[in-house]
Amino acid sequence: MATVVLLTMTGLGLGALYFLVASGLSLIFGLMDVLNFAHGALLSIGAYAAWWGASNGFGYPLALLFGTGVGTLASVALELGLIRPLYQRPREQVLATVGVGLAVPALLSAIWGADARTFPVPGALAGTFTVLGAAVPVNRLVLVGAALLVLLALKLFLGRTRHGLVVRAGVEDRAMVTALGIDVRKAFTLVFAIGGAAASLAGALAGLYFGSVDPTQGSSLLIFGFVVVVMGGLGSVGGAALACVVVGLVQQFANYYTTSGLGDLAVVAMLAALLLVRPSGLTGRLA
Amino acid sequence: MNPLVNVLRRWWPALGLVVLAVVPYSALPLPGLLDGPIGSPGSLQLLALCLVFGALATGYDLLLGRTGLLSFGHALYFASGTYATDLLLTSAGLGFWTAAGLGLLAGAALSALLGAVSLRMSGIGFAMVTLAFAQAGSILVQRDPGGVTGGEEGLAATGLPGWLVGIQHTANLYWIALAYLVLTLAAVQWAVRSPIGRVWEGIRENERRVEVLGLRPYGFKLVAFVLAGTLAALGGIVYLLLTGGATPQATSSDFTLSLLVMVILGGSGTRWGPLVGGVLYTWAQHRLAGLAGSDTIAGLPSALRVPLSQPLFLLGVLFVIVVYALPGGVAGLPARLRRARA
Repeated sequence: MATVVLLTMTGLGLGALYFLVASGLSLIFGLMDVLNFAHGALLSIGAYAAWWGASNGFGYPLALLFGTGVGTLASVALELGLIRPLYQRPREQVLATVGVGLAVPALLSAIWGADARTFPVPGALAGTFTVLGAAVPVNRLVLVGAALLVLLALKLFLGRTRHGLVVRAGVEDRAMVTALGIDVRKAFTLVFAIGGAAASLAGALAGLYFGSVDPTQGSSLLIFGFVVVVMGGLGSVGGAALACVVVGLVQQFANYYTTSGLGDLAVVAMLAALLLVRPSGLTGRLA
Repeated sequence: MNPLVNVLRRWWPALGLVVLAVVPYSALPLPGLLDGPIGSPGSLQLLALCLVFGALATGYDLLLGRTGLLSFGHALYFASGTYATDLLLTSAGLGFWTAAGLGLLAGAALSALLGAVSLRMSGIGFAMVTLAFAQAGSILVQRDPGGVTGGEEGLAATGLPGWLVGIQHTANLYWIALAYLVLTLAAVQWAVRSPIGRVWEGIRENERRVEVLGLRPYGFKLVAFVLAGTLAALGGIVYLLLTGGATPQATSSDFTLSLLVMVILGGSGTRWGPLVGGVLYTWAQHRLAGLAGSDTIAGLPSALRVPLSQPLFLLGVLFVIVVYALPGGVAGLPARLRRARA
């Protein structure tokens, strides 16, 4: 029982990371038709900024905030500088993000080395707590809590604000929103900022979860982010939330009860099976 | 027009092939471009790698530029050729030609199977699914099930015939790489000009219209996918010979992305563009890696030294610049210059 509880909590923690990556990816893709390959780079920027802050005497909350802030700024800069000039050319936009996705991890490893750097975890978050006889690390709770907060904030933003309405309408039919005289470009920048903030928050939290940061962390999390986005249905935040729980749990349980690595394969096999049955993903949105 | 110019215009690929074929006999130094004289083993090895990657990029462009399929999983089919052949050599102890034949078959079968699944999606969904499959392959190789793939260490090939091993036989490997390039160029050219190739072009331009004409794009796309996958698997076998082993880097998504960069760099959907891009990229990567370790770089101030020490950073930036400033790639350059002059 203790093992099951621990695995569940770990799986949920991992799922929380996937959700933070996938929610932004999903929104950006839904609204802008851009598959953002630089999303992993934004995650790494957030992770390294948080690590830098935490190693330079910031407290963990401040370091988390700093990492998220730097990552958000980077994503806005990416949108304004590289993505915006390429509107109307979606394939070139994807290619530009591929270039950024290659260059940023290389730059990070040029500055701080290719090896993993230990993330200074504060004492309050390093411990464990006991649930049903299992000693669960506190950071799992922090991750799940952060993901739930982001999910709630996104739901409120999309459902209750005017900007959210524009974003939702844009995901449905961008041409119609433009025809109604609304400047969708502002929504693009906004969505990119939100996605970047979530990704860099994921980066800062990944430092806590893995206990270290390294330049390739972003791209490996990004791939499972893609899996979650496809499974959840492109452009759907709710679908991403559902899919990330499934993916995180299946991965953890399969990795523990079979051999290590089989869980990752199980996730991909699940994706293939889902696509054969329902090509449009769990929530039935158009892919 | 001058008849000589006409002859050159028609026959320059053949002329180029002859020049490439006699390269191992040349002792011409190319300072700045290559470290040693052109026929030295080190230079031949680099040239052979350039040719292999030029051919791989050409095969990849069959999907990207000819059919309009953005696949992010091409590394898997390349690696399946490499690893299947290597495993059959080392673990099963088969002879080289049997192992290579079965390795090629494995690559073709894998691309047919996974292509059939991933082509159920279109557009970006397809890209993501191919990426996920390739990642599964990469994880499988790195986790090293049963200790057969060698994990992160890679797997050195054993039992290769003598004329393919060792520094004194680099010229043989170079010719094999050249033959692979010629085969790929011919196969792609032939396929693109065939009736199937016309349908591919239609799918790239407007898939819906192809459907309206009464054709099912799925089958045609699958043919393109399997052909590209098989060519990649063959490239994997040539690469295995060239480097004497299989490395997990060949399975990574970065490998596919580098193929994508090569194609875009050279010019997607053109006959020679991907080849030029592949050669340029491979050459630049090796030269930049050499440059990064040199004393000139070590003496620079850190603001310059740090980015210059990472070839991938420079290539990533170069790629973004090409996407912006040179949409047709290098192959589109002459036409752009002509237009600018007119």
